[in-house]
Amino acid sequence: MQLTRRSPLTGGPLAYTVLIAATVVFAFPFYWTLVAASRSNSELSAATPALTPGPNLFHNLGEAVQQAAIGTALLNSLIVSAAVTAGVVLSSTLAGFAFAKLRFRGRGVLLALTVGTMMIPPQLGVIPLFMVIVKLDLQNKLPSVILPSLVSAFGVFFMRQFLVQALPDELIEAGRVDGASTLRIFLSIVLPVARPGMAVLGMLTFMATWNDFFWPIVALSSQNPTVQVALKSLGQGYVPDQSVVMAGALLGTLPVLLVFGLLGRQIVGGIMQGAVKG
Amino acid sequence: MATTTPPALSAGRGPEPPVPAAPAAKGRPRRSGRLAPYGFVAPFFVLFAAFGLFPLLYTAYVSLHRVELQTADRMDWLGLQNYTRLLDDPFFWKALGNTFTIGVLSTVPQLLMALGLAHLLNYRLRGRTFFRVAMLLPYATSVAAATLVFAQLFGRDYGLINWVLSSVGLHPVDWQAETWASQVGVSTIVTWRWTGYNALIYLAGMQAIPGELYESAAMDGANRWQQFRHVTIPGLRPTIVFTVVVSTIGATQLFGEPLLYEGSSRGGISHQYQTLGLYLYEQGWSFFHLGRAAAVAWVMFLLIVVLALLNAAIAARRNRTDR
Repeated sequence: MQLTRRSPLTGGPLAYTVLIAATVVFAFPFYWTLVAASRSNSELSAATPALTPGPNLFHNLGEAVQQAAIGTALLNSLIVSAAVTAGVVLSSTLAGFAFAKLRFRGRGVLLALTVGTMMIPPQLGVIPLFMVIVKLDLQNKLPSVILPSLVSAFGVFFMRQFLVQALPDELIEAGRVDGASTLRIFLSIVLPVARPGMAVLGMLTFMATWNDFFWPIVALSSQNPTVQVALKSLGQGYVPDQSVVMAGALLGTLPVLLVFGLLGRQIVGGIMQGAVKG
Repeated sequence: MATTTPPALSAGRGPEPPVPAAPAAKGRPRRSGRLAPYGFVAPFFVLFAAFGLFPLLYTAYVSLHRVELQTADRMDWLGLQNYTRLLDDPFFWKALGNTFTIGVLSTVPQLLMALGLAHLLNYRLRGRTFFRVAMLLPYATSVAAATLVFAQLFGRDYGLINWVLSSVGLHPVDWQAETWASQVGVSTIVTWRWTGYNALIYLAGMQAIPGELYESAAMDGANRWQQFRHVTIPGLRPTIVFTVVVSTIGATQLFGEPLLYEGSSRGGISHQYQTLGLYLYEQGWSFFHLGRAAAVAWVMFLLIVVLALLNAAIAARRNRTDR
């Protein structure tokens, strides 16, 4: 990664103006969520809308938690995201290592299969998947959302790319000379080297799982929701109270925003690392 | 199951970095040593086969049957009837058209703006990291939260956007009932969420372009625009192809935004912004016709294959004319 390479040109005032304007546009909906979540519904439907936060935030948050089981939803989302992240990071590191550094028959075909299916949208398999979880009696239970997400073709590809570059062959060679088994080599040599890649993959997976929408609303009901499912039911009341809906949106976004605030730099780095370079 | 929009990032890299040959094992490897690699890939492939590959193929089989949601384990053979019913349904064609127009409305401005922003972010700037993180902020929100907020902003009577329009003397717009306006509204959500992400992908590509190319272009008297046109764009070609493919696929399966924009799976009072993804959901989980929904899924799959081939063909053609 060459984040620090000196750029060819220095930005002028125009560059700053455009970037600041873009930042405002990107950030405004967040600010507006806070404004709307802290006002009352009648203030939101006034002729001149309020543009600053009001006093009703905690009242609205309480309402949202009650109306849509947001407490349960947050806990569910946390469990699901943590389990999926652990599964994806572990299975991707194992397979990524094998694809990057081990030789075995069928390696090329299996890798091509993995990469190839990455482009196929998950929606396309959703109907049989639904029939399977109905059969296994997992409908409306958290395993129905966790199991199908435990592995990710993207994750395998990402870890492979990372390990091809980060893991020198000499290290593995040295382990072999010392008589270590492949598993031993994985545990004592590969894992420590893979850690930065695993961290980036973990953050991306956690965010994607937390924000996942389509499959959870199919598999879960509003009685046992993840946050996204709860948000859907909150927005679909007969005459939804907009300020309560916004309070729910705020609660659903806040955890990821916190992670993002703490690790934003690394997430940006991870995404640029995964990008195609000419 | 990951996200409905393309999950994080990169798929096909342009040029593959060469895979260094694995160290030749000394002597004859032990049996367990020869089998070990399969142990490492097994957890992935077992789950992948069960929850990724199998459902995908089985969808085709389901699409040839009558399967109702309430009796999901009963399947009656229908042949191609699900498909012919589909082609007779005007709402299917409407959803197909909407998917196309919303796809264009969201993808084209999104990628153009991302290109411009990436170019600016590639300058030597103060607060560079701040701007990069800010660009990615919308990526951290979920489809659900973002759509609820935008639906509020686009409200007909009390929405902030109409308030701004009328306070500068323009007519307020019915962002939900009018066809074009509602499609613009839905596209805005997509554009807002993904522009910064794509800008970072472009930025990564730009940083891989050697600085000497810019220097020699400058020596030849190229101005900034000419440098952008003749150095940056050609250097970014693989990245651009990649983002076009990914955004196209994302647009084909657009679902959460039109579902939550007004909160019904119909996609507006006259289906004016119902996409194929939403139509699939309506068939399966509002009308309980899982078999017909599976047929929609296969139509979407074929559409994606065609679009991917088209993209590949265009990319190949452009490469040829460049030489």
